[in-house]
Amino acid sequence: MSSAEMLHVGRPISRVDGRLKVTGQAKYAAEYPAADLLHGCVVSSTIAAGRIIRLHTDRARAMPGVVEIFTHENSGKAARQDEDWRDDIAPPGHPLRPLHSDRIQFDGQPIALVIAESVEAARDAAALVRAECAIEPHCTQLEAKRSQAYVPPEKRSGIPPPSDPRGEPEQAFAQAPIKFSREYRVHAEHHNPMEMFASTCVFEPGGKLTIYDKTQGSQNVQSYVASVFGLKPANVRVINHYVGGAFGSGLRPQPQLFLAVMASLALKRSVRVALTRTQMFYLGYRPDTFHTVSLASDHQGTLLSIMHDAVAETSQYEDYQEALVNWSGLMYRCDNVKLSYQLAKLNKATPCDMRAPGAANGVTVLECAMDELAHELDIDPLELRKLNFASMDGNTGKQFTSKALDACYREGAAAFGWSGRRREPRAMRDGHELIGWGVSTGTWEAFLQTASARARLTDDCKLEVSTAASDIGPGTWTILTQIGADALGLPLEAVSARIGDSTLPASPVEGGSWTAASNGSAVQAACEAVKHTLFKRAQRMANSPLADASFEHIEVKSGGIGRKDDPRRSLSIAEVMHAADLTEIVEDGQASADPEQAKRYVSYTNSAVFAEVRVDEELGIVRVARIVCATAAGRILNPKTARSQILGGVVMGIGMALHEEAMIDHRLGKIMNHNFAEYHVPAHADVDDIEVIFVDEHDDKVSPLGVKGLGEIGIVGTAAAVANAIFHATGKRVRDFPITIDKLLAA
Amino acid sequence: MKQSAVNGKVPISLVINKVRHELDVEPWVTLLDLVREQLQCTGTKKGCDQGQCGACTVLIDGQRINSCLVLAVTRDGAEITTIEGLADGADLHPLQTAFIEHDAFQCGYCTPGQICSAAGLLREGRAHTRAEIREYMSGNLCRCGAYTNIADAIEDVLRQRVSTKEAAE
Repeated sequence: MSSAEMLHVGRPISRVDGRLKVTGQAKYAAEYPAADLLHGCVVSSTIAAGRIIRLHTDRARAMPGVVEIFTHENSGKAARQDEDWRDDIAPPGHPLRPLHSDRIQFDGQPIALVIAESVEAARDAAALVRAECAIEPHCTQLEAKRSQAYVPPEKRSGIPPPSDPRGEPEQAFAQAPIKFSREYRVHAEHHNPMEMFASTCVFEPGGKLTIYDKTQGSQNVQSYVASVFGLKPANVRVINHYVGGAFGSGLRPQPQLFLAVMASLALKRSVRVALTRTQMFYLGYRPDTFHTVSLASDHQGTLLSIMHDAVAETSQYEDYQEALVNWSGLMYRCDNVKLSYQLAKLNKATPCDMRAPGAANGVTVLECAMDELAHELDIDPLELRKLNFASMDGNTGKQFTSKALDACYREGAAAFGWSGRRREPRAMRDGHELIGWGVSTGTWEAFLQTASARARLTDDCKLEVSTAASDIGPGTWTILTQIGADALGLPLEAVSARIGDSTLPASPVEGGSWTAASNGSAVQAACEAVKHTLFKRAQRMANSPLADASFEHIEVKSGGIGRKDDPRRSLSIAEVMHAADLTEIVEDGQASADPEQAKRYVSYTNSAVFAEVRVDEELGIVRVARIVCATAAGRILNPKTARSQILGGVVMGIGMALHEEAMIDHRLGKIMNHNFAEYHVPAHADVDDIEVIFVDEHDDKVSPLGVKGLGEIGIVGTAAAVANAIFHATGKRVRDFPITIDKLLAA
Repeated sequence: MKQSAVNGKVPISLVINKVRHELDVEPWVTLLDLVREQLQCTGTKKGCDQGQCGACTVLIDGQRINSCLVLAVTRDGAEITTIEGLADGADLHPLQTAFIEHDAFQCGYCTPGQICSAAGLLREGRAHTRAEIREYMSGNLCRCGAYTNIADAIEDVLRQRVSTKEAAE
């Protein structure tokens, strides 16, 4: 598709699902009605390790409206092998089986399910279930297990382990004139999508199930349910038309899904199970991580050695892994690099990928260390980054398909006014507030996953494009509509997208920022196939004006198919279809990565983030006054929704920098701030001025559409830019995230 | 409080989105659960069920309130507007239009609460600046981080109102 043909792609189209969302008509998982619907409420463990001796359910059973109470003693038949419980995203280990046995491995583990005729009866009865437990020793403190950390023996699929050391990192470090090692920590964070986890399992006569689930992948849930319960996949349909945020928390099936289906099959009735906000805190989070970053350079700032060692928490039952330290080997040019990544087992649930998993925390600490190096050298931190610009991926030795990071530095700095920065800390003040400016680089891998799509063009020139993608908020509905419209020269109103349904053409889960590139390219391929079929049909018509044309000369627009160089030689779509006795043309298309290209190239999205903070020195209050985020992400399909994704990532990055942290009482192994009042996510008052810039970046290799993806990149680097700005404002370096008032005042 | 003879339910009368409902409600049912579970009016969202996120904001007699903290029986006779009742037929409320135009949402889950809260805020008449909008909207969390766009949308409608009012004067 040349840009001349793009009438919709690249334009700031408002969301096609906007009207449904502002009128309350968009339905989420817990909002679908069903006849004789039962409601489930989960009872959670209140200890972090041990065994259930007895569950006292008599009082709960006596509550009017209670239908059944499921525990490990009556939870029914389910698969026995770990393999059958492993979803597409599962890390190595033994996946959690809710209500499987008397063993408790973390606080908040589901131990019973109360099913009742109303939400209220289920909730009130659940509060009456009492667990008698044998408590065993537990540990929820990463520092206590740090010395027992291990390299995960089995690697998680799709997650590259740290690359092997290159050069002589230790020797180069020892001999370098400028060097330091620093310890950083990024505490555990929680996704906290606004919609709570819920599954509505509609039981149909004959045993077919339609499940409305809060998930980032309807087909991942479908295959999980089929495999765990031994059902035919055709008898399990999963729908997730609208998903109220997820940020990774909906990548894997959550326990309410298993519980709703289990109860539905046992009782032969439709069942809805929704978790509480508190319960969500115990199920999946960004892991707590310790980092040691060692940097060495010459006097001019050329990096001579980078070493990044990290320890991350995981559960007792799975080895969750993410690309945490790999970034330190590819963001800057350096011949001597050593990376390590270890895990420590705690009595907590398995962590779960959270927006830019690995990069959000791993890049943050590297970028803070780079700021420390710039300060040591007394050079501008932006200049230090430019000086060490990596024009190839040092981890793999491969070329980048594109890397307009230099433009991000240049345009971001200009918009921010970076050249007016005074280098020394504590140089800027406005009344009682110290002002600081900080910068960070951000990066995230650009993926192209295998995805399929279907396009259906009818004789009234209406197009439907479908793929089992999800839209957790980025705007998938909208961009697929735009792509379809441009591919067949139709107005937006003539195009409808169908997503969020496991019966649609195969799609990966929505995650990793790959949906626009993968599903978008599949939709385009399906539309191209429709165009080709239409062309072949047109050629077969008697006296066809296109008989001697080749496909490259053809365009489809305004309801017709004709020659680009001679628009008079054209036919209407309707007459072509009618001549072939067709009312519609349906074709499938696919997108997948080119393995040959992958031998030579890697693709990354890049960004430069600039932050201004204002710090009340006496009170320690930090305000993020403004952020400029300049991003190079290939082609931007929709500047309006693309901008929103960056804004959202930046806001979550502000939370990472200043607010977000699970606080655990380690004596009890309990998260103490498991609610929105005590776990602070950024609110309106925390978010001031954010400017988003997309720099021009042409990339004809990353994906057929030239798209790199935007879901993660906004958060990467934001927390470091804020932390570096706090140092610039105050001269205080806090290496423990989030940078809360107490830490800043004590520094 | 009137109590019905049967099964402890309390008869109440509510006008919801201009439609009168005569209901028998158990005294422990929240307004949020009443509209979502019993009236299938699911536009009002449950984000925390403990008054901390604002997703369940509705207007009761014009005032914005977290419906998860309101027991339905305590509002006998009240007039309630939810997101479903904000538009005038096919014509969207100016806030709804502005939210679409400014892309003031992503996943859309906090959106009904944000819009109802903004409608309440405009009626209160105490927000005159962007800083005041941000402060007085801080009870409505948006995890997708659409805050700047939400503030843009509300500011837009606030300005329209001020200019319409000035034109009228």
